[in-house]
Amino acid sequence: MSLRRAIQDRPHALEKMWQFAEWALHRLNPLFARVGYERSARIILPAEDLGKKLVFNCQLCGQCILHYTGMTCPMTCPKNLRNGPCGGVRLNGHCEVKPEMRCVWVDAYERSRNMSIWGQEILTEQPPVNWQLKDSSSWINMLTGVDRRTREVEPEAKT
Amino acid sequence: MNTDNRGIPSVQDPPNSPGQHVSNLAAILKSGRFAVAAELSPPKGVNLDSIARDAATVRDYADAVNVTDNQAASVRMASIPVAALLLTHGVEPVMQMTCRDRNRLAMQADLLGASALGIRNLLCLSGDHGIWGDHPEAKNVYDVDSIHLVRMARNLTEHGVMDNGRPISPAPQLFIGAAANPFAPPFDYRPARLGKKVAAGARFVQTQLIYNVERFKTYMARVRDLGLHEVVYILAGVGPVKSVGAARFMAEKVAGMEVPAEIVDRMAKTPKAAQPEEGIRICVEIIEQVREIPGVAGIHIMAVHWAEAVPEIVTRARLYPRPPRILTSSPLFEALEEINHPLTP
Repeated sequence: MSLRRAIQDRPHALEKMWQFAEWALHRLNPLFARVGYERSARIILPAEDLGKKLVFNCQLCGQCILHYTGMTCPMTCPKNLRNGPCGGVRLNGHCEVKPEMRCVWVDAYERSRNMSIWGQEILTEQPPVNWQLKDSSSWINMLTGVDRRTREVEPEAKT
Repeated sequence: MNTDNRGIPSVQDPPNSPGQHVSNLAAILKSGRFAVAAELSPPKGVNLDSIARDAATVRDYADAVNVTDNQAASVRMASIPVAALLLTHGVEPVMQMTCRDRNRLAMQADLLGASALGIRNLLCLSGDHGIWGDHPEAKNVYDVDSIHLVRMARNLTEHGVMDNGRPISPAPQLFIGAAANPFAPPFDYRPARLGKKVAAGARFVQTQLIYNVERFKTYMARVRDLGLHEVVYILAGVGPVKSVGAARFMAEKVAGMEVPAEIVDRMAKTPKAAQPEEGIRICVEIIEQVREIPGVAGIHIMAVHWAEAVPEIVTRARLYPRPPRILTSSPLFEALEEINHPLTP
């Protein structure tokens, strides 16, 4: 979809929006806590799903690391790779599995070079997916911290 | 491991944890000698003769031999039994493991089994996607990626903990490796991705087949800028092309491979009967060029279904004889010796 690409090719604007969303969610956190995270998720999840699906083709992994991967969803890679491209990327930058599709990581790396907030995060190791969180709201999971292991590089890799 | 905030390890990190050598390959690399690895494909079927034959062919010409794991996403005998069988032939295996066919439980279970059998080298790969294999309808697992497979293997061996953080005892012993492809986009990102693999725990790296030496030189220059050649042993991937058809196939059909037109032309100009010889000659020339590149610790010869080419290439590249071998003990080997099994060399 070319409209989607046009939006995604503005990674810096998207990361600014992401930053705002994170700030807003943290501000609203006491409210979510009072209402209950499960009940809040019933409202948040459809909104998150719709927005992210339209813009990023979100696969609802429930542990979003978009801002670490050039504002490009790594779960749209046919191998679900979250740490960079496989060795099968074609010389034209297209996917080994879907020859008509640009490699997610070719896009992700290019876009990350135009991001000033989280652009360097594409160079750090990302832990694997926690499949228990599939189809849940990553925004709520961020607030409750259940996605901590998949959002933060394991301490051992950092020290 | 010391890393800066980008996950790239600092150059002070020793490539190996202190203590004895885990494997012959590790010992040779650590001694600073130029290492040679070869590669074998398991059979399609249950006949073990081809492995015995290939093992005997390459045994004295390689320090370790890779065993592929359902290569090209097609069913073959599993890499663990074939790697274990190589031990009984006096050949040190490098067991390949892909993320395509196993989830994290199966991976860890297989790593324990492999180590218990005496397999000491592991190569962690994402794996070719099943869509191009012989069972395109199969589910591709990709529970974890190759970098996390490296980390799981490292956590098991160095820390004795499983992926869930719980202890396991005794811990397996493995010399952990990963793959690198300097010939696929995004080229600028590739050295940083190697840095991630090293940060995760890779101690050696085997590259994709090199035919474009210039591109490989550029890649290695960037790798040296990051200091990675000080913390990981890089084995350059080389391989002979048997015919102009094979060269064309790799150039046009194999994703993630780059075969320059000059090589295809050179093969095309050679009469058919002399093409295998020309392929070997090109391979030896490439070995001589990559040997000169700082940071290259050895080569990995991938002579697909052409084991006989390995002694020829190693000899002509003046890499024969190989250093004396340190074979690690294998419970399997000892058990076979006890019952005087005919497979014992």
